Amino acid sequence: MALFQPSRGNARGAEAAPPVRSRPSGYEAVRASRDFWTIQRRFGSFVVPTCALLLVWYFLYVIVAVFAPGFMRVSVFGAVNVGLCFGVLQFASTFAIAIAYRRWAQRRLDPLTDRLRDRLERGRY
Amino acid sequence: MPQASAAVGKPAINFAIFAFFVLVTLVIAVSAAGKNKSATDYYAGGRDFTGWQNGIAIGGDYLSAASFLGIAGIIALSGYDGFLYSIGFLVGWLLVLLLVSEPLRNTGRFTMADVIDLRLRAVPVRAAAAISTLTVSLFYLLAQMAGAGALVSLLLGVSSTAGQDIVVAVVGLLMIFYVMVGGMKGTTWVQIVKASILAAGAVVTTLWVMSKAGFSLSNLLHHAALASPAGNAVLGPGLEYGVNTVSKFDFISLAVALVLGTAGLPHVLMRLYTVPNAREARRSVVWTIWLVGLFYLCTLVLGFGAMWLVGGKQILGAPGGGDSAVPLLAYHLGGTILLGIVAAVAFATILAVVAGLTITASACFAHDVYASVIRKGDADPSDEVRVARITAVVIGAVAVVGGIYAKGIDVAFLVGLAFAVAASANLPSILYSLFWPRFTQRGALWSIYGGLISSVGLIIFSPVVSGQATAVGAASTSLITNPHIDFAFFPLNNPGIVSIPLAFFLGWLGTVTDRQPADPVRFARMQVRALTGVGAERGTRS
Repeated sequence: MALFQPSRGNARGAEAAPPVRSRPSGYEAVRASRDFWTIQRRFGSFVVPTCALLLVWYFLYVIVAVFAPGFMRVSVFGAVNVGLCFGVLQFASTFAIAIAYRRWAQRRLDPLTDRLRDRLERGRY
Repeated sequence: MPQASAAVGKPAINFAIFAFFVLVTLVIAVSAAGKNKSATDYYAGGRDFTGWQNGIAIGGDYLSAASFLGIAGIIALSGYDGFLYSIGFLVGWLLVLLLVSEPLRNTGRFTMADVIDLRLRAVPVRAAAAISTLTVSLFYLLAQMAGAGALVSLLLGVSSTAGQDIVVAVVGLLMIFYVMVGGMKGTTWVQIVKASILAAGAVVTTLWVMSKAGFSLSNLLHHAALASPAGNAVLGPGLEYGVNTVSKFDFISLAVALVLGTAGLPHVLMRLYTVPNAREARRSVVWTIWLVGLFYLCTLVLGFGAMWLVGGKQILGAPGGGDSAVPLLAYHLGGTILLGIVAAVAFATILAVVAGLTITASACFAHDVYASVIRKGDADPSDEVRVARITAVVIGAVAVVGGIYAKGIDVAFLVGLAFAVAASANLPSILYSLFWPRFTQRGALWSIYGGLISSVGLIIFSPVVSGQATAVGAASTSLITNPHIDFAFFPLNNPGIVSIPLAFFLGWLGTVTDRQPADPVRFARMQVRALTGVGAERGTRS
């Protein structure tokens, strides 16, 4: 399901008429604007693949742990086995995604949302 | 019932350390509270906490008795399978970070229902969201109260049933005091202090265990496996969950609930409102991920350390079973003083988490049920806070009674159930409200009630409640111990694998069959506000 659909082909704002009402509300006009569309697309293009990936990675771990416990017991060094390394990798990937998202959002998302919010609060829509 | 001799250490010293901790937290709660007047003060601590403060406080809420005592206990008894628990608990935070924290902070005021209500503006939906919030909070509350009884009986030598009940009642009274006096600001400061001590204690004990193992993880695991009757099996998955096909699916069900449940926990979501803006909310979740992650890595060492140094036999024999693994390990390492400190921190944890849950539940009742459903939105804010305070007392009483009955149930297990209910009843409608343009009132009602009824219903008809007799004629290990009463037809202990997809499906089905289409203006407002923060309530100082 396309949860993060960018506003439906409505990228150029004022040109396309909103579907239901004859006059767009303030929020609908913003939602149809170029700036908002960019924010939405950027947000979706980071968050959707990341969520998909992390869920696949997590459930891969769960499935392997449940259905291939023998593989998890293969020794890597000493008493440390594949299962332990796999688990610690889950921790590492969680930290990595959290850092990556924070840095990405600060660089790529925050300047855009700040600008749009400023304009909205000064009544420019 | 535990014997009187089961208390470890010297009860008098334990009691003194306990009393000292409780006193310190009370002073913190009272002095931090200041003037707790407005609803924003009471529910959201004035929205003045910084990202790292709130992040540590959320971590404190999350690292409840279930994590601190429960997970380490499962590792100490079943080895690797406890580690699987902690990974689910941690990974779930990424969904909070990526999908929920910022939009939630941008669109709500005090409760989870605020967000769904902004989108759908319907009293029945707010009522439904309130009912599911209250149910999840009560489930979680019960788990914490159950842990309190076991812990205290271990440490204070309180072995009689009546004595333990009194302890649970004292926990309830203290918690009501925190909430009434401290509000969100007071409980948040208690949480921050407690989480810092908890983290420091975990790191020190972990290093201590590691030093005994020559700072070699391999050595530690090797010793632990030698000490366990199961041998090397404890180092891999499957000891607890790999017994048969049913238990394997039970584990998958639990894993689904753990990873999706965090983003639906009302007391965690409510904390996101205590910061001035969405950016600080994001920062707090990143802090929480660090704190929770590092803490769980410590519990891995603590759990295997307890398996090695204390041994499963002694842990199982102690009151509270697995939950006593860490306190016993502390006693083994540092004697009475370290035991007293670890136990006092654990006790403070229970108090603080219970207080946080009570604030959430009372805010939900006052803000969602009283102000919006009963008074139709024209309640005076000071009236609302008064109702919240009264509700806190009622919830405290309910928690005490529930805690007395829930004594002896595995804490981590109860929390797993709370996660399943949260993921089924709350998460679908939050995500649909935020991101799905077509979502309607009917979809929301179907998904909330469908998720709530299916998850709670499946728990009632699962082996958790009835029919888990291990042998003919023996007492059942379910809630209903009479082996002749058996109405369980759902084979899994955790309902998540059925109820969570069902709730998402019902939300979709209710929406597409709704004759009343979604209002595009509301969705536009929701999305614009969620992504930009326009119109969000700021902190009182910024």
